[in-house]
Amino acid sequence: MLAVCGHSTLEELYSQLPDEALLKRPLNIPAGISEYEITSYFQQRGQENASGYASFLGAGVYRHYRPVLCDVVVSRGEFLTSYTPYQAEMAQGTLMTIFEFQTMICQLTGMEVANASMYDASTAVPEAAMMAARITGRPRFLVASSVHPEYREVLDTYARNSRTQVATFGYDAATGECDLKDLDAKLDDHTACVIVQSPNFFGVIEKVSAAAELAHKRGALLVMLFSEAVSLGMLQPPKSADIVAGELQSFAISPSYGGPFAGIIATKEKFMRQIPGRLAGETTDAGGRRAYCLTLSTREQHIRREKATSNICTNQALIALLATVFMSVYGKQGLRELAEQNLAKAHYLAGALDRRFTGKFFNEFVVRTNGKSPGQINGALENQRIIGGLDLARFYPELRGCMLVCATEMSRREDMDALIQAVRA
Amino acid sequence: MTYPENYGYTKEHEWVSVEGGVCVVGITFHAQKELGDIVYVDLPRPNTAVEAGKTFGSVESVKAVSDIFAPVSGEVVEVNQALADAPEMLNEKPHDAAWLVKIKLSNPEEIKSLMSAADYQSYLGG
Amino acid sequence: MIRKVRSHINQNETLLFEQSSPGKRAYQLPALDVPPVDAASVLGSDARTEIEDFPEVSEVEVIRHFTRLSTWNYGIDLGLFPLGSCTMKYNPRINEVVAREPGLAWAHPYQPESLSQGCMEVLALLEEYLCEIFGMDAVTLQPAAGAHGEFTGIMLIRSYLESQGNPRKKVLCPDSAHGTNPATAIIAGYEVENIKSNEKGMVDVEALAKAVNEDVAALMLTNPNTVGVFEEQILTIASILHEKGAQIYMDGANMNALVGISRPGDFGVDVMHSNLHKTFSTPHGGGGPGSGPVGVRKHLEPFLPGPRLKKAGGGWTWDYDRPKSIGRVRAFYGNFGVLVRALAYIMAHGGPGLRNATLDALLTANYVRARLEPYYQIAYQAPSMHECVFSDDRQAAKGVRTGDIAKRLLDYGFHPYTVSFPMIVRGALMIEPTETEPKQELDLFCDALISIAGEIEENPQLVLKAPHGTRTSRVDEVTAARKPVVRWRRNETASKAAD
Repeated sequence: MLAVCGHSTLEELYSQLPDEALLKRPLNIPAGISEYEITSYFQQRGQENASGYASFLGAGVYRHYRPVLCDVVVSRGEFLTSYTPYQAEMAQGTLMTIFEFQTMICQLTGMEVANASMYDASTAVPEAAMMAARITGRPRFLVASSVHPEYREVLDTYARNSRTQVATFGYDAATGECDLKDLDAKLDDHTACVIVQSPNFFGVIEKVSAAAELAHKRGALLVMLFSEAVSLGMLQPPKSADIVAGELQSFAISPSYGGPFAGIIATKEKFMRQIPGRLAGETTDAGGRRAYCLTLSTREQHIRREKATSNICTNQALIALLATVFMSVYGKQGLRELAEQNLAKAHYLAGALDRRFTGKFFNEFVVRTNGKSPGQINGALENQRIIGGLDLARFYPELRGCMLVCATEMSRREDMDALIQAVRA
Repeated sequence: MTYPENYGYTKEHEWVSVEGGVCVVGITFHAQKELGDIVYVDLPRPNTAVEAGKTFGSVESVKAVSDIFAPVSGEVVEVNQALADAPEMLNEKPHDAAWLVKIKLSNPEEIKSLMSAADYQSYLGG
Repeated sequence: MIRKVRSHINQNETLLFEQSSPGKRAYQLPALDVPPVDAASVLGSDARTEIEDFPEVSEVEVIRHFTRLSTWNYGIDLGLFPLGSCTMKYNPRINEVVAREPGLAWAHPYQPESLSQGCMEVLALLEEYLCEIFGMDAVTLQPAAGAHGEFTGIMLIRSYLESQGNPRKKVLCPDSAHGTNPATAIIAGYEVENIKSNEKGMVDVEALAKAVNEDVAALMLTNPNTVGVFEEQILTIASILHEKGAQIYMDGANMNALVGISRPGDFGVDVMHSNLHKTFSTPHGGGGPGSGPVGVRKHLEPFLPGPRLKKAGGGWTWDYDRPKSIGRVRAFYGNFGVLVRALAYIMAHGGPGLRNATLDALLTANYVRARLEPYYQIAYQAPSMHECVFSDDRQAAKGVRTGDIAKRLLDYGFHPYTVSFPMIVRGALMIEPTETEPKQELDLFCDALISIAGEIEENPQLVLKAPHGTRTSRVDEVTAARKPVVRWRRNETASKAAD
């Protein structure tokens, strides 16, 4: 092969590089190791973590069972090792699953259009906000303080550089819902959108329609976020929202120390041309048969460059496929039953504990630790190989002595009883 | 392809037809041919002020977006709504039914700088 | 009547919604070990009654549906995938196995640090290795993909320049740049100015020198650039920018051409990202997930997104006390599962193996170039690194364009090269074979393109109407864009399904 290229050594292949740009020593990385050694290295790292612990952590990352079929499908090389489906004739498999994904997200959220995925919910939030800014021509985002604190941090980072401003409105100290009076007072004619999350960071179900009504009165859009997708199996779809942004981690996606997850953005048909990211559409092939392709690509960076709706290119396609298989396996009845189990477990747990907020909740809620610190309780639980709740003082100093607790279909009654014991003891 | 004699043309491949103080503006046969199948047209709302030489909208094919530049300054008084549902008209009838906007002239002098049909065709030829 | 779409065994598949019927199920939940709760009574009007039209199918239908669809796809596992700039190399399966290691896969980002040391060690080791490969002083693993890394990098530059008193106004992008570069600069609040390439396909250094002034924050440069050519004047370019107080951002999409032979940190780059799903072989998965770590030189380190890993006692801790940080660019710590795969890839190769992979990538690209140059017009004479770019000049004379050649390549059983990019090349064919392709596969691919060149001479219609042998013939993208149908609705599309 070298001879065909007209060279006699491999080094000649980069002889055009200026001498100063060359690395003249070997990389300081140990020599390659075998499959067996790699496996045992990562097994050891896994052992150093909380391997095999029960956990009551939620806060945007939930423990749900992953049906076996999910891994079976995403492990197929035709999905795993394929590229973005720009060449439609050779990527109908990926395109059709994206089309199904978009449809299922619409069915769950009550929206009319959904994109093919965003990185995660935290980055879908600023993308949704910037979309609202483009639609309304307004520069200000009004976000509920009951939205996941890390999502708000990401929004702040994006806004700081894009000539937009973020303002926050509070939550009701009794119910844990966002404070609609505060929202009404802070809404102005520069507000592009109001951003609420439901269930919110405290697990409380928000009054999305009421917030939407206030926003619409001032010409602003309502962006609804969700971080616990299983809740959509049981909660009314947010039809009053203009944009829905969310996280699908609950749909078979491993917690995996925070990623990769899959975010979504869904909206009304009239805003379709402002949605960021890829869209698959249905059409026909030259023979008149049903076929799919990526569409409305002129919104995207590879064509519109500096005028694109977003700079997103790579998305979370394989993770979205994982979620699609999950939704297919559970289906209409299964997602409902799964949500019912989550509701029942969380309400069993909450029934024996002192809830901080009175608002309605799904599978997550805030507990008063009455006298003991969350740290003490969690320390006691660790000895029983149980990870307790999230100490809320970390994000909300006013909620010192409170922790956020989540129960899913994977929470066993005996572990919940141990948690109750530890809080009450 | 024939280019109507009574129209004025720009180097950005727009045509202008003056009817009283109002100009009808469209893109030329040559422009639509270069763009290929047109799938979407983004036009300003009525009452928008436009400035000669500045972009006021865009035309999209599947894999390209092209800005449309205002050939004259003035105010948009009418937009061709039919293009929203049938952008393919721009490929089929670029010089008549697929006009884009009507602009009320603010500076009639600008008309003089447009090319004639003959000049435009030799501009294309060159 | 035969209701199959095509007679082939796995070419008959409808949408899952069309296979749905009430009561079918593919799941089994355990018996509830706590009392059931009535949704309507605790949620009131917030309770939903049903998810309208959500699918109801059986387990065998689920597996069959997705398996059939998978056979309509093409992947690296099936053959060479010569997409230039995308770096479609083999994805070792060991990486998939270790990412599913339960102690890693089930790790919650908020579990106590004392119970997360394994994850933190993985991240720390990957940061260390990437610093060494990039020649950089620090790396953040937070960005979720390349474009996200670009955004992070430009914000770092903005914050740094602000700390120097003036964030400046403009970012320069060569006209050969990836579309994400200008899109990113705008989102980060800068104006974009394009810099023309010279006749060698490289940055025109004189034009650059004229463009760089006190308003310029940075140049976003891909090196090797998008025509697969190393910017030979890179050191001059760096000094032009640095003299005026501007920064160099390197888009590391093509870092796989440099690993082990040259380091951006050594040739003047201030900040860069690398696409782990390209250079470090994490699977593309039909479009993601990726990961876009950003490396920086020392002066930019204080601005990196928080939290940062810090040694404490015998282990690791997250340091949130980062007063100069640009802030978070995403929740938690990055696409951890992707980072695990990349680390496994680096460990399998080791330092010497990574360098060998680079050399093989250069070899395969130059081999393809040498074999195809007699038939296709090479865009630039400058030596190729890991990819080669041709133009369709000769074929266009027969009315056949790069997009048509790409479709004909499907009939030969190959995924096409990158079509019509970079934009500075008229009718570009951009080919990147990667180091993992055996010579036999490379030859099959070259033979296919050579054969197509012959077909264009003799029978251009054959190529213009391609593909002929794929399950789906040429897809009508125009109608898809004019009348977008982006979701299934009951009764709307069923008629076309069984035509």
